[in-house]
Amino acid sequence: MSKFTHATIEKNSILLLVLTLVVVSIGGLVEIVPTFLIKTTIEDVDGVRPYSPLELAGRDIYVREGCYACHSQMIRALRSEVERYGHYSLAAESKYDHPFQWGSKRTGPDLARVGGKYSDAWHQVHMADPRAVVPESVMPGYPFLAETPLAQHDIENSLKTLAFLGTPYSEEMIAEALSDVFVQQSPDEDYDPMLDRYPGAIVSNFDGDPSTVSELDAMIAYLQMLGTLVDFSAVERSTLVQ
Amino acid sequence: MAASREAAPGTLNAASYGVGGAFVVGALISIFIAAKTVDSVMAFHATLFILFFLIGIFAIGKRHFDTLERGPEPATQDGVIYHDGPIRLATLAAVFWGIVGFSAGLYIALELAFPWLNFDLPWLNFGRLRPLHTSGVVFAFGGNALIATSLYVVQRTCKTRLAGDIAPWFLVWGYQLFIVLAATGYLLGVTQSKEYAEPEWYVDIWLTIVWVTYLVIFLATLARRKEPHIYVANWFYLAFIVTIAMLHLINNAAIPVSFTSTKSYILWAGVQDALIQWWYGHNAVGFFLTAGFLGMMYYFIPKRAERPIYSYRLSIVHFWAIIFLYIWAGPHHLHYTALPDWAQTLGMTFSIMLWMPSWGGMINGLMTLSGAWDKLRTDPVIRMLVVSIAFYGMSTFEGPVMSIKAVNSLSHYTDWTIGHVHSSALGWVGFVTFGSIYCMVPWLWNRKQLYSLTLVNWHFWIATLGIVLYITAMWVSGILQGLMWRAYDSLGFLEYSFVESVEAMHPFYVIRALGGGMFLVGALIMTYNVYMTIQGHVRKGEEMQPAPAGDGQILAVGAR
Repeated sequence: MSKFTHATIEKNSILLLVLTLVVVSIGGLVEIVPTFLIKTTIEDVDGVRPYSPLELAGRDIYVREGCYACHSQMIRALRSEVERYGHYSLAAESKYDHPFQWGSKRTGPDLARVGGKYSDAWHQVHMADPRAVVPESVMPGYPFLAETPLAQHDIENSLKTLAFLGTPYSEEMIAEALSDVFVQQSPDEDYDPMLDRYPGAIVSNFDGDPSTVSELDAMIAYLQMLGTLVDFSAVERSTLVQ
Repeated sequence: MAASREAAPGTLNAASYGVGGAFVVGALISIFIAAKTVDSVMAFHATLFILFFLIGIFAIGKRHFDTLERGPEPATQDGVIYHDGPIRLATLAAVFWGIVGFSAGLYIALELAFPWLNFDLPWLNFGRLRPLHTSGVVFAFGGNALIATSLYVVQRTCKTRLAGDIAPWFLVWGYQLFIVLAATGYLLGVTQSKEYAEPEWYVDIWLTIVWVTYLVIFLATLARRKEPHIYVANWFYLAFIVTIAMLHLINNAAIPVSFTSTKSYILWAGVQDALIQWWYGHNAVGFFLTAGFLGMMYYFIPKRAERPIYSYRLSIVHFWAIIFLYIWAGPHHLHYTALPDWAQTLGMTFSIMLWMPSWGGMINGLMTLSGAWDKLRTDPVIRMLVVSIAFYGMSTFEGPVMSIKAVNSLSHYTDWTIGHVHSSALGWVGFVTFGSIYCMVPWLWNRKQLYSLTLVNWHFWIATLGIVLYITAMWVSGILQGLMWRAYDSLGFLEYSFVESVEAMHPFYVIRALGGGMFLVGALIMTYNVYMTIQGHVRKGEEMQPAPAGDGQILAVGAR
């Protein structure tokens, strides 16, 4: 037996493979595993709930169109950001986000607390033609959202899948998913049972066209709820310090 | 394995029947899904799968009879029948997808400068085209270049034919299918929204199959090597292949909404998903765009310069240090976010440490030219390779600086990040790949020399000027953005609205597009040069190029 040197590794491809795997595993294990184990990683705050079916459909469209390429949803704990966008984002606020939408680039502004900042009517115009309301904007127009009926054949399956992944969607929520989609954008219907399931959800005819549920209904429903779930006036500061 | 080596490569054997059978099963599953689905994109993609499998079965049979008719390929000067067909294909694919990826990049750069170019169309909007650009350059251009060079290098440095006969063909064609599925999916709105991991669940499964094939081919080729030592370039290629497999599997873990739907939900949520995504994302940079391309550096620079690697010892330190440290760096993408502070600080610390092995590698590459510096003047291919290392050095200094929390508070979310990425993607990854392609094409097609070194020179200067325009524009715009977002007026209010910062970006976006356009022009020149070289032409007056080391010569690994 010769002495163990680097040549030993160089002459044995399996040893090289195994040692490489060991070396590249360490960093990930040390950084990622504790975030699942340490309880304070996600704060304990009231108000965060799973997305309503219409909001979830809107979120899926947000993902589909690649909005995250230009909009973050993560207000950093910096004075200038908190003053521009509102309270810094909490981990709890994205705990039902599969996948997360924190983003990495702000070609457009952060959207973590865009909910309620503009009216539905503003969003309708802005989505169809961003430069009609913000002349300097470089955002693409999305007029096709208003014209496209929302595909609803997978809504129940979506909720089921997320429930399987640990989102607290109840049997009732899954069973009522299709009707909740409709009710949330129909202020004339009886929406109280929907609001019981999704406290704080906004009921509105989001796209201004009551005849059909469009993709724009879903998109605006999603945008209008972003960052609105936690009532920060009721949260003790000390509970948010990690 | 042994049997297939004795039988003429290309004729049917047990493995061919196995692959053919798997293709039949794959085609049946695809037909079932195409028939069941209500999702039009899934139906389209299932049809692509069916076509792939059927053409695959046909190709395996045709190859059998062609080989019988033509007889086996002749051995090269090393006495080995190298399996270069798939490598030629991957090289051409790299050139082709490079043009596609760079063009997509130029188009989205123009969209940011002139937003009417989105034309209000779903499949032309920035959000859908951006992953087409990033995946196009990283996975299609870079990935094919990595597959081509790694399979080339592993054969030459092991003095043996690639393991498997159909497997390398399956790898390259299967990888092209992955690219087409991913790219068409993005345009049709199918995406997971995880940056650099946007393809949906079924495309991820397909890539896993292709990637495992890649790993098996690479390992089995190493196992049958005729040289006692595994050459340093292969360490980097191996680390790249195996680590990307690990990252891909964990980051893309997802549950499909149904087996006939393109939509899935990622296993992870919120803060953990963010951390896993950037653990993946930063190591897509570290292993796909760095380790793999360092493999190219460690083979093609000593080959072209006809000098051994500067330091064997430094290669060892470089290798182990870089693969150990890179994995930790991900959290620097999440400074001041809801990620726990300890993880941010850990990410920053390791990112700063990463500077040292990165520069160790840079020194090892640059100093390989000791005694051959005159080639910088006479050989534009060497110049391209050396400048790629210079860009590597610059970016691996800039990266650690940007990972410092105080700097990151300014740079994050701005164009500075885009500039940083492009100084390494265009300067390092792009140039080291161009240099390797210029080396490899005459060798692969048995041509004495490139069509034209003058055109290489034009490519070099146009692309270099393009990169300079690109990164300086992004530095200025990024820092300007960051400063405007945090500027306060004398009364203590934020000085600028967000849209004022958008407006201020316009001139820089125009300059950036100009730089990107120049880079694309350079690549088009390369395409022409490669085409003419393969055709066997030599440009008038360039018949006396300096002849670099030929095919197959093994290099000593520095002083021992």
